Amino acid sequence: MITAIVFLPLLGAIGAGIFSLMKNDRGGFIVSIGGIMLSMVLSWVAFITMAVPGINETVFLAKWISSGGFEVDWALRYDALTAVMMIVVTTVSAMVHLYSVGYMSHDNAKPRFMAYLSLFTFAMLMLVTADNLVQMFFGWEGVGVASYLLIGFWYHRPSAHEAAMKAFVVNRVGDFGYALGIFAIFAMTGSVQLDEIFAMAPDLAGRSIEFLSFEVPALELAGMLLFIGAMGKSAQLGLHTWLPDAMEGPTPVSALIHAATMVTAGVFMVCRLSPMLEFAPFTLDFITIVGALTAIFAATIGFTQFDIKRVIAYSTCSQLGYMFFAAGVSAYPAAMFHLTTHAFFKALLFLGAGSVIHALSDEQDMRRMGGVWKKIPFTYSMMWIGSLALAGFPFFAGYFSKDMILEAAWAQHRFTGEFAYILGIMAAFLTAFYSWRLLFMTFHGKPRASDEVMSHVHESPLVMTIPLFVLAIGAVFSGFLLYDLFVGHHWNDFWGNSILILPEHTAMADAHHVPKIIKLMPLIVGVAGVTLAWLFYIAVPGMPALVARVFKPLHLLFFNKWFVDELYDALLVRPSVRLGRLFWSRGDIGIIDAFGPNGMSALVSRFSVLCSRMQTGYVFHYAFAMLIGVVALVAWYARTIGG
Amino acid sequence: MGPVTLFHYLTVAAILFTLGAVGIFLNRKNVITILMCIELMLLAVNINLVAFSTHNGDLAGQIFAMLILTVAAAEAAIGLAILVVYFRNRGSIAVEDINMMKG
Repeated sequence: MITAIVFLPLLGAIGAGIFSLMKNDRGGFIVSIGGIMLSMVLSWVAFITMAVPGINETVFLAKWISSGGFEVDWALRYDALTAVMMIVVTTVSAMVHLYSVGYMSHDNAKPRFMAYLSLFTFAMLMLVTADNLVQMFFGWEGVGVASYLLIGFWYHRPSAHEAAMKAFVVNRVGDFGYALGIFAIFAMTGSVQLDEIFAMAPDLAGRSIEFLSFEVPALELAGMLLFIGAMGKSAQLGLHTWLPDAMEGPTPVSALIHAATMVTAGVFMVCRLSPMLEFAPFTLDFITIVGALTAIFAATIGFTQFDIKRVIAYSTCSQLGYMFFAAGVSAYPAAMFHLTTHAFFKALLFLGAGSVIHALSDEQDMRRMGGVWKKIPFTYSMMWIGSLALAGFPFFAGYFSKDMILEAAWAQHRFTGEFAYILGIMAAFLTAFYSWRLLFMTFHGKPRASDEVMSHVHESPLVMTIPLFVLAIGAVFSGFLLYDLFVGHHWNDFWGNSILILPEHTAMADAHHVPKIIKLMPLIVGVAGVTLAWLFYIAVPGMPALVARVFKPLHLLFFNKWFVDELYDALLVRPSVRLGRLFWSRGDIGIIDAFGPNGMSALVSRFSVLCSRMQTGYVFHYAFAMLIGVVALVAWYARTIGG
Repeated sequence: MGPVTLFHYLTVAAILFTLGAVGIFLNRKNVITILMCIELMLLAVNINLVAFSTHNGDLAGQIFAMLILTVAAAEAAIGLAILVVYFRNRGSIAVEDINMMKG
């Protein structure tokens, strides 16, 4: 069953690819959607029949690499962590597949799009079922490739393929860290198989290893390197620049890859490696701080942006920060819980935004929206549900998971946890603010779109609204239903040995016993954020401009995304372009070409010019040469034979 | 002055031959001069043949000389004919202008 779940999307991808060559749209849809739907059903069945009763399974597929002491197998590992990721990935992916049928209806490469989506799903499932780090890396790179292909799906747009390349290159930085992390682990344990690594982790806790000629604690080093990989994939502070640009891809892609699944791979990896990271306290603190900073950092940018998809992208970035600091304070179940609920409501928000964009003839700028809520009431209500869940209003999914994270952070009772809590509360305020800013700007007020666009506004077709509805159910109920299972008092029964938390790390257990005010804080700031957004965008519409003028430097900083892109451009991009140009003009043209092909051909042509110059065409020159020849011949003859 | 010996004939022939050969490649003006130089060389060879024929008492050399004279006449006729045609086509028979084979 596990094998079928993983490989059905691959079959769908191959099938859709073949149909793409035959230019058969319908066939591509049927194959890819059929594969993913079946996969979704099976993964729910597996979740209920295997994960909930606590049955673990490892399916051995084949030997991959066997070189000396280095053994890597293809194997699918199924435990609670994998089960959760599987239902998230397959469900959101199935909904996005279905939604794409409607959203991409005006595109002329539909089967190709479906093939990429299914390929992505396959790679993501490979990642979450990996039994060893190398196989995880395979999935890790696989989703990277699929993401690259999908961001650059509209490859005729220069901005799209630039964004695709940027995503790929920034991810390389993270992947470099990941690869080094695998090397470090192999060097220490002689294995890349997860169980073997985890078994050795406690013994390695005190050991140190030489890295760049420094003696560093072994597990801290491996943990940090692997976390750099997670930072790249999950767009954490410093390596986040690719995510907003990735919004160049079609909206279903943003929903599936850049909100619900791929970007959460980093969180998944940190949770998966919990039996190792638990023995690396410094790394955990680092994860907490990076996560908390990302949460607030992305939120500050989010509330100044005008592109509807970028706002949601920064929101994703910020929510990923929450998940990371939850993992950092050893509340891995809370991180996974938020990952699950976030997948539903963020995919819902993205698909809802896609529906708005579709209705407004591909308009993404919120300054040219507004006043459409009566025309697209269904999308409007779905966006409300998504925003309520995102901001964490009671009984919506985000309420349970986000509060759990914040409580766990507080309950760590250490500086890092409290730091994360405070930043998390500030980010929660901003989250509520920018979510309602988005709602108000998009749906309320006077229409700011042109009359022609407004006359075309229409509710999306059924094939797009059904996925919205399904995800909305998830966004409303997933928190409530899964709370007890994931993070209730008996969370350990469900997660079993897939997550390890040392007894002295009590954030998870203490989270249920924090002061009332700590529990209520997220709700209070959430309401405050919504009220402020209402004041700014409904009650006193002139206020945003005024505030932006008063806090001009701050607004500029936020609006320009803290100038991180500009900084990287000046520090890294332009020097490397210059270096490349240098190598090109001096190295390639100056040395290799000059002595290689060009040099050779120049030599030949110079020599032949010299030869051809001997052919003067004057009879007397030929006669002279002939005479010399005869004289030489006779002289030689006379000397050897005659003499 | 002693009698005229084979040595004197050969010397004259060698001088004539050298004059002809040098005339071919030192001449820069006229193709007709080249033809004349070729005749000169042939005549030098003829003198050699006749001289050796007399010296050895063998008539074969003199017969060869007759044959060469015939060939030389034919060659001169053909050469001049080519020159006439060439002049018609190119309007010049100056040696410097004949360099179509220049690479």
